[in-house]
Amino acid sequence: MLSINPTNIKIWSKLGQRGTLGLSLTDLGKTKEDLIVMSADLAITSGLDRFIKNYPDKFINAGIAEQNMINMAAGLSRDYTVFATTFATFASMRSYEQIRLNLGYMKHNVKIVGIGSGLSMGMFGNTHYGIEDLSLMRSVPGLTVLSPADGLSLVKFIDMAYESKDPMYIRLTGTINNPIVYDKNTEFRIGKANILKQGNDVAIIATGSMVYESIKAASYLEKKNISAAIIDMSTIKPLDYNIIKMICNELRYVVTVEEHSIIGGLGSAVAEFKSTLRNHTKQIFIGIPDRFEKAGSYKHLLLKYELTGEQIAEKIFEEIDKEKNRWRFTYGE
Amino acid sequence: MIPSDLIKEIALNMRKNIIELGYLAENNGAHFGSALSIVDIMATLYSTILNNENNKRDFSDQHKLILSKGHGSLGLYTALYEGKIISLKDLNSFESEDGDFPGQPVMNILKGIEYSSGSLGHGLSYGVGLSLANKKKKRDSKIFVILGDGECNEGTIWEAAMSAAHFKLDNLIVIIDCNKLQSDGPNEKILHMGNMASKWESFGWFVFDNIDGHDIDQLYITTINSGVKEGFPTVILANTIKGKGISFMENNNEWHHNVLTEEKYKIAMGELNAIH
Repeated sequence: MLSINPTNIKIWSKLGQRGTLGLSLTDLGKTKEDLIVMSADLAITSGLDRFIKNYPDKFINAGIAEQNMINMAAGLSRDYTVFATTFATFASMRSYEQIRLNLGYMKHNVKIVGIGSGLSMGMFGNTHYGIEDLSLMRSVPGLTVLSPADGLSLVKFIDMAYESKDPMYIRLTGTINNPIVYDKNTEFRIGKANILKQGNDVAIIATGSMVYESIKAASYLEKKNISAAIIDMSTIKPLDYNIIKMICNELRYVVTVEEHSIIGGLGSAVAEFKSTLRNHTKQIFIGIPDRFEKAGSYKHLLLKYELTGEQIAEKIFEEIDKEKNRWRFTYGE
Repeated sequence: MIPSDLIKEIALNMRKNIIELGYLAENNGAHFGSALSIVDIMATLYSTILNNENNKRDFSDQHKLILSKGHGSLGLYTALYEGKIISLKDLNSFESEDGDFPGQPVMNILKGIEYSSGSLGHGLSYGVGLSLANKKKKRDSKIFVILGDGECNEGTIWEAAMSAAHFKLDNLIVIIDCNKLQSDGPNEKILHMGNMASKWESFGWFVFDNIDGHDIDQLYITTINSGVKEGFPTVILANTIKGKGISFMENNNEWHHNVLTEEKYKIAMGELNAIH
């Protein structure tokens, strides 16, 4: 595996998740004879230029034919461990039935890496935004769905994905200069969330790019005397039920934050399980609303959809305050 | 020498089993027409190159067949039985509750089923992956893919066709069951595919056009000797008759999927028994 040290962590942050994916796979290519990496005419964009240069025999370009790529990957996976990359929107939607059939039904050992998910494609516009991929991917029976928060967690998950025989979808978010969430070596496990900070009033469960924004949100909330726990839900499926149970036992609010439609993603996954528990915890959904809007830069879109740390904090504060007032109005103080 | 008599006998056994199993499926029905049209193709392959005489099968290194038109499943199951890959018990479990041999094939490598087909347009792309892996591993084994002519409506067939030529997969042999009918009617009325031979040729394939899909000698020569043009994948356009072998099913799309009554079953079996 790539060595984990402060310099590398900074490099990964600078390169963003795509560049880090390229480094990770190139590192695997050095020693793994059974590795095949595929792309659908987006290899350079997926950070694979060095991989292709160093290991041309381990790379297959399927051309702009995502459906064919996934089935080819499945066929190759009878002999190889195959990673297939393209933009998250095309990977998850254009080839959805191929994924259902080959990765879900037949359990082929293919790892699909959806790059540029969420809103990070900015001025490319809505065709290129990945706002439904979590919803679609987690509904495929047997598919593991990962959503790393930063470079270090991505490096670790790519290695774990290679070692595992399970079919997977790995969602990459953010752009270059991807903020650092983990500044030192941390243990990650597929199916297990990481608690980044403890809190007494509210738990923020976030995934991908929104983990860093939630850390910022928690520090804003701190100033308003709201103590927020932060949880990095890096595996969307299988979901870490224990941590949700723990939150619902102890806290009055759980907030889900994702750079994804509020329908079907992390928020829905948490709510589905939470609704089976006897609890008084209120869930606040933060994500992309259920409509297409005009295109904009990544920064602009995060502001428009109120997904920056400060806006997340504001929304949580408002919700809690509203409830408090309602409580005052009903019962007096 | 071409073992034509043996292959013909196997094809006849397969047709009898298709009628028997389809009848036993009762009201679940079966895809009779699509299974009967591929019988002679399947008999040719499973009595020769894909046969498992003396349990010689080596699962990593063998020739493989993908039935992309999954609704021809009875044509596959009966061939696997004749090829000594599955048992009579397996065969008789066709369309049994929670069984391994439902209406559309379910991947089961030990039973010789290489792919879960049923949704059309997937098998060729998968076959390209298998052929590419064989090339990389420097194996001599071939990959056969059976497509329907109606199935070629699917865009993914043509994505796969492009890629097979691009990767120079001369170990890949596609046999198209050109029975000229699809679920809703004649191909040319539903979606006219134009000149298939020139289409495949222009996609960079070595084409055997106008092969009689019920002529054992023609099938033997094209399938067993195919892959001869170095650097080119091979496609065999096999003209077939949907429902071939049973007079009332031939070219009659009512038998694309249908339930066989006792009366019809007796007529069908009578026709097959009269052959021998």
